[in-house]
Amino acid sequence: MTTKGQFLLAGFALLGTASLQAQTIAITGGTVYPVSGPKLTNATVLMSDGKIVAVGTNVSIPAGAIRVDATGKWVTPGLIHANASAGLGVAGLNGQGEGGVQGEVNPSFNPAEGIDPAAFTIPIARTGGITTALLPPSGQFFPGQVPVVNYAGDRIEEMLVRRNAALVLDLSSSGKQAGGGSRGGTMARVRRLFNDALEYARRKPDFQRAAIQPLSAPAKELEALLPVLRGEEVLAVAANRRIDIENALRLTREYKLRTVLFSAVEGWQIAREIATAGVPVILEPLHDIPSFDGLGARLDNATLLREGGVRVIIAQGDPGGERNLRYAAGNAVRNGMSWDDALEAITAAPAAAFGLADYGTLQPGKVANLVVWSGDPFDFSSAAERVYIKGSLLSLETRETELRDKYRRVPLP
Amino acid sequence: MNRSVWLAGLLAACASGRAQAPATPAPAPAPSPASATSAPVPSPDTLSVDRPQYPSTYKRRANPPVLIRNATVLTAAGQELSNASVLFRDGKVVAVGASVQAPSDAQVVDGTGKFVTPGIIDTHSHLGVYAAPGTAAESDGNEATNPVTAEVWAEHSIWPQDPQIPLAIAGGVTVMQVLPGSANLIGGRSATVRLVPARTVQEMKFPGAPYGVKMACGENPKRVYQNRGPSTRMGNMAGYRAAFIQAEQYRARWDKWLKDKKGDPPGRDLRMETLAGVLRGEISVQNHCYRADEMAQMLDLAKEFGFKIRSFHHGIEAYKVADLLAANQTAASVWSDWGGFKMEAFDEILENAALVTNAGARAVIHTDSPDGIQRMNQDMAKAYYAGVRAGITLTRDQAIRWITANPAWVLGIEQLTGTLEAGKQADVVLWSGDPFSVYSKAEKVWNEGWLVFDRLDPKHQYKTDFNIGQTAPGVGR
Repeated sequence: MTTKGQFLLAGFALLGTASLQAQTIAITGGTVYPVSGPKLTNATVLMSDGKIVAVGTNVSIPAGAIRVDATGKWVTPGLIHANASAGLGVAGLNGQGEGGVQGEVNPSFNPAEGIDPAAFTIPIARTGGITTALLPPSGQFFPGQVPVVNYAGDRIEEMLVRRNAALVLDLSSSGKQAGGGSRGGTMARVRRLFNDALEYARRKPDFQRAAIQPLSAPAKELEALLPVLRGEEVLAVAANRRIDIENALRLTREYKLRTVLFSAVEGWQIAREIATAGVPVILEPLHDIPSFDGLGARLDNATLLREGGVRVIIAQGDPGGERNLRYAAGNAVRNGMSWDDALEAITAAPAAAFGLADYGTLQPGKVANLVVWSGDPFDFSSAAERVYIKGSLLSLETRETELRDKYRRVPLP
Repeated sequence: MNRSVWLAGLLAACASGRAQAPATPAPAPAPSPASATSAPVPSPDTLSVDRPQYPSTYKRRANPPVLIRNATVLTAAGQELSNASVLFRDGKVVAVGASVQAPSDAQVVDGTGKFVTPGIIDTHSHLGVYAAPGTAAESDGNEATNPVTAEVWAEHSIWPQDPQIPLAIAGGVTVMQVLPGSANLIGGRSATVRLVPARTVQEMKFPGAPYGVKMACGENPKRVYQNRGPSTRMGNMAGYRAAFIQAEQYRARWDKWLKDKKGDPPGRDLRMETLAGVLRGEISVQNHCYRADEMAQMLDLAKEFGFKIRSFHHGIEAYKVADLLAANQTAASVWSDWGGFKMEAFDEILENAALVTNAGARAVIHTDSPDGIQRMNQDMAKAYYAGVRAGITLTRDQAIRWITANPAWVLGIEQLTGTLEAGKQADVVLWSGDPFSVYSKAEKVWNEGWLVFDRLDPKHQYKTDFNIGQTAPGVGR
């Protein structure tokens, strides 16, 4: 027992060091897409101690650096998925999720402690070049906070990039029940919560003396609304119908919020208004089936929003898993978006929208999250060949590749 | 599926087999007054079973001949031809090859830089039975009132105005099998339909296509019926066996009567009629079944009662028993990369279709999804490149067959469509580029010679009635 325990501890410590210890690595000869600027052919990316040190066609490589020949390969920043779930729970199964808690007003809830670094879904996401993930909570109305993680590390603390990157508010049809069955009711309830939070912040002593009218949520939930109301934290609003998007923009004006829209199926109808409000949009570019939560669904929503001046962030939500994020970007290009905008939409755009200043581009000083692809990352013929997170090379073996190799020949010998 | 709130409710979850609560039955319509129409009155001594049963009224449109010139042609019959032509007239492929002469009355389409494939066929769709906009009112796919409902026919639920139909057409799909859902052990008859503008399902029904019957293994039936049974996989098996034992007796009674024609005919039982059709080999078995061990059970069940399973559907673990599938001549309809959304979908791998093909069995890429059906070429491409990357020997022709010739076989229409060969029906797609690329789109789609979609010409962009007066949908962009 003791022996086994010690062995496990030793193994754990080893793993821990391995992921922290990032050497000096030069990726040479590839076509580099830094996103912060135009592509560079036959360029070098130099990283050291988990940070990018230099990017260019004339980078001097220190002696002792590990050289990786990327001739003929494409090099991009690690992809950032703004609507991830891998890691929230051990599997993607019903009942195994950790994304939400019961109730409608849970601004203080953060699913971070439900993240399982050993989840087999994490390496699968990495095979799609995803290095960083926003993990929105699931549930109704105000389901909670969005943590951001890197998809590497043995412990949550190692994975976490930011604990509270955004607060989620659902103004789509699925949030209607929180308003008693009408969007008007939902909006009134949002305002009451916001006003109560502000009142609570102004009159904390009165609250403690119980010399204040009853508030519409417990103090800890109102507290959790305050960073958003102070403009310190993003409010991520799920809205699809044009009227829901307009409601989100109303709240943004009234409370001077830093809003990011999610899904925004009919966003294309009011692209300029959204752009003028300075509100980025996270969307799934393959969403084109009409429902009463968005009769105006169309495949070129991303294109039309971008043309209208909106910062577009691409997410993906099909059952093929988030590894397909790159194909969602490819489909946005298929439907009219420029290739460069589509790459930005899964790298620099989410980083900028959520204030992840060290992420999203290949520039000196940024966190060394990058992917070496066999070719165009958006197309099916290419694959991620090397994925670096904080300067460390991560395995691309998955539960799926092990199963494949077991059953390459049937019947089994 | 563990979807976040940001996306809650945006996906029609057919794959997860979510049983829709049966709607309250509508009151029976009042008997209509004597019909004003003068339908021929059948002779009183014919039996209802001998009269037409909801026959197809589909009619091929008269169209001028079409010659697509100078394209790359993927025939799904063993060839990929560069700078080639395809000629079709009167709804039939006339010639495919390097030097095809255009008849004087032919419309000539320049295929330079473009690709041509057969029309895509989906073996597993719920368009029309789970129609958009996804209200309970249009949820008509699962008759979840009894574990065995072989008596229901999917065509009696199909809404031809489902706005998802034109979206699928824009993806190059020309034929699909619409199935009942997977709540039941035996869910009812499927319908094979052409994706054409229509007012009635009869106008879509593929003439001559045999019926299929939907059967479902595993989690869904035992979850839906956990209180009344079956509630276990062994209960599922007992349920299929009981139904087919009854069907054997029914078939014997009818066969005897048909031979002797003595006395009154046996009573007609729609449930048994469908299952007897399976036993006679007239109705193909389309079996939702994820796990390898359950596929083996179902193959044994088929042997016990003397029928064949034409295809497993959602065969997540088909790769584990690819040899059994090859030996039993049973196809595997699979996804490229869906998995993990429930326990029986846990062991999904990207190389499933490639390994099944490599073992000599028939692989099919299917969708079960109104989203997926719009981009079946993409699913094919994902599965193809996954196989190639894993070092599995595979050709592009084999991959294109996953969405054309092989599904045609699953539906029993392989003599009629599914490849680009002289004499086949002119179900043809012209692609803007290589259909193996994410960037390519179906540009023109001909359904038995009828131009049902042209991305460049709004006159050939069908809208269902539901689309009318609503915000413009994405078709054609």
